[in-house]
Amino acid sequence: MKITQQDVEHVARLARLTLEPQELEMMTGQMDAILGYVDKLNELDTEGIEPTAHAVPMSNAFRADEKKSSIGIERALQNAPERDGSCYKVPKVIE
Amino acid sequence: MELNSLTILQLGEKLRGGELTSVALTQACLERIAVTNDKVNSFITVCADEALAAAAEADALLAAGDGGPLTGIPIALKDIFNTRDLLTTCGSKILANYIPPYDATVVAKLRAQGAVIVGKLNMDEFAMGSSNENSAAGPVRNPWNLERIPGGSSGGSAAALAAGQVSLTLGTDTGGSIRQPASHCGVVGLKPTYGRVSRYGVVAYASSLDQVGPLARNVEDCATLLGAVAGYDPLDSTSVDTPVPDYLATLKDGIKGKKIGLPKEYFIAGLDADVKKAIDAAIEIYKQLGAEIVEVSLPHTDYAVACYYLIATAEASSNLARYDGVRYGVRKDEGEGLIGMYQQTRAAGFGDEVKRRIMLGTYALSSGYYDAYYLKAQKVRTLIRQDFLTAFEQVDLLLTPVAPTPAFKIGEKADDPLQMYLSDIFTIPLNLAGLCGMSIPCGMSGEGLPIGLQLFGKPFAEAEILQAAWAFENATDFGGTLAPL
Repeated sequence: MKITQQDVEHVARLARLTLEPQELEMMTGQMDAILGYVDKLNELDTEGIEPTAHAVPMSNAFRADEKKSSIGIERALQNAPERDGSCYKVPKVIE
Repeated sequence: MELNSLTILQLGEKLRGGELTSVALTQACLERIAVTNDKVNSFITVCADEALAAAAEADALLAAGDGGPLTGIPIALKDIFNTRDLLTTCGSKILANYIPPYDATVVAKLRAQGAVIVGKLNMDEFAMGSSNENSAAGPVRNPWNLERIPGGSSGGSAAALAAGQVSLTLGTDTGGSIRQPASHCGVVGLKPTYGRVSRYGVVAYASSLDQVGPLARNVEDCATLLGAVAGYDPLDSTSVDTPVPDYLATLKDGIKGKKIGLPKEYFIAGLDADVKKAIDAAIEIYKQLGAEIVEVSLPHTDYAVACYYLIATAEASSNLARYDGVRYGVRKDEGEGLIGMYQQTRAAGFGDEVKRRIMLGTYALSSGYYDAYYLKAQKVRTLIRQDFLTAFEQVDLLLTPVAPTPAFKIGEKADDPLQMYLSDIFTIPLNLAGLCGMSIPCGMSGEGLPIGLQLFGKPFAEAEILQAAWAFENATDFGGTLAPL
């Protein structure tokens, strides 16, 4: 086994997902199969090979720090599940 | 008049000649959608009122003698593009109520050129899938055989063309999501070089791989749409500031003397017999057209799927962290605090495949596994890219199948994610290398399913692959026809 149910539960917490017991079992089996498959990358010697993050070589794209118009508060908040004035409202964070 | 099967060049002539109005053309599209969509399920949203208003504006421009090749032409967009004030779900329950406050750059460009947006097309949720079975709006059916998948993730974009609902669509391609559905539906689809088209306002899946591209029923229309959306965008810092050539100017120059490479790793055992036959016949046609055919090798091809499913999932796990029920989307809150709200929202809002990829990506990036999985995959990616660059020192283009088989049956691979992933073996390497490629029709299987051939080009050589595609299309009778629905 590449991965156990405990590992999967841990990863789910990191990913902010809750999995039903049945989902957890299925996910463990499927992740195990996929991780077993991707192990084939270890057949390749990559010693001294530079990693590729972007296929097109690019460095940071800078622009002038200029003030521009934006969409405004109403537009920005139009999809808010819950709002309070000009703020997004979320469940209580600190007791 | 069979408006639904005409090319946009033909439609444009009629529009500018006063023979046809955009309103009438748009009506014809809306009627076709109304009678075919319950079978194909290619549209998630149809915006008839907005489309007719845009068509009336286009007609005013045309009457004044203004407008370009897209003015008054109906187009539909994969539901991954932000469209101001028009529902954009990305095929997900978590965005079931999302009304974008702005247009993606490509959408703004299309509107500015007078194109008429008729609706938003079905897709695999967050562009994750090869069959369009992973959509909250239900599966798309292949117009050529309603029991078959249309391909994915831009399944709606390809099916809408084959069904004659519109003549142009826009899709995205992260591991083959334009080329594979184009192949399965018998239409033309192009994945541009990474950086060629702006992604501002396009819902992100795997940011080092995602690219926007055109689909059409013929090569010339595809070239026209690419020209309309390509180019540098200051709002997308990964777009590349290099001029957009006039793709139509060189389209018909032929391919005499061009060297086309056949990567031997793509002509493997397990390739469907009908696919092999169609590709072999296509190679003969290219020889007759004056191309020189040579065998080349892309030795790391067999590692591409494994490499992709680490890099793409890692990037997806990061990109999809934004769906937390705070700023937009459907929130689920059972009163268990902020973290509980995040978890309930995400558990209820994401489908199985999206959860699977978030989990894989989170694992690959997690403490203790980063070097073994993510960094290793990035190094293998370097080897895959070098394979292509080496091959392109010898040849101008590469020719391969798009998919190992014609469209498979709905449900056939739904329970086996790994088998589903492996069906993308011929399309994934190109995204890892960041190059351009396209799919064009090259035959039908014994069962009456379309087969596509794939052309790969050097970075920013879209004009060259379009040229080779046009030469083939012009010499053959494949594609361009509507599926019998």
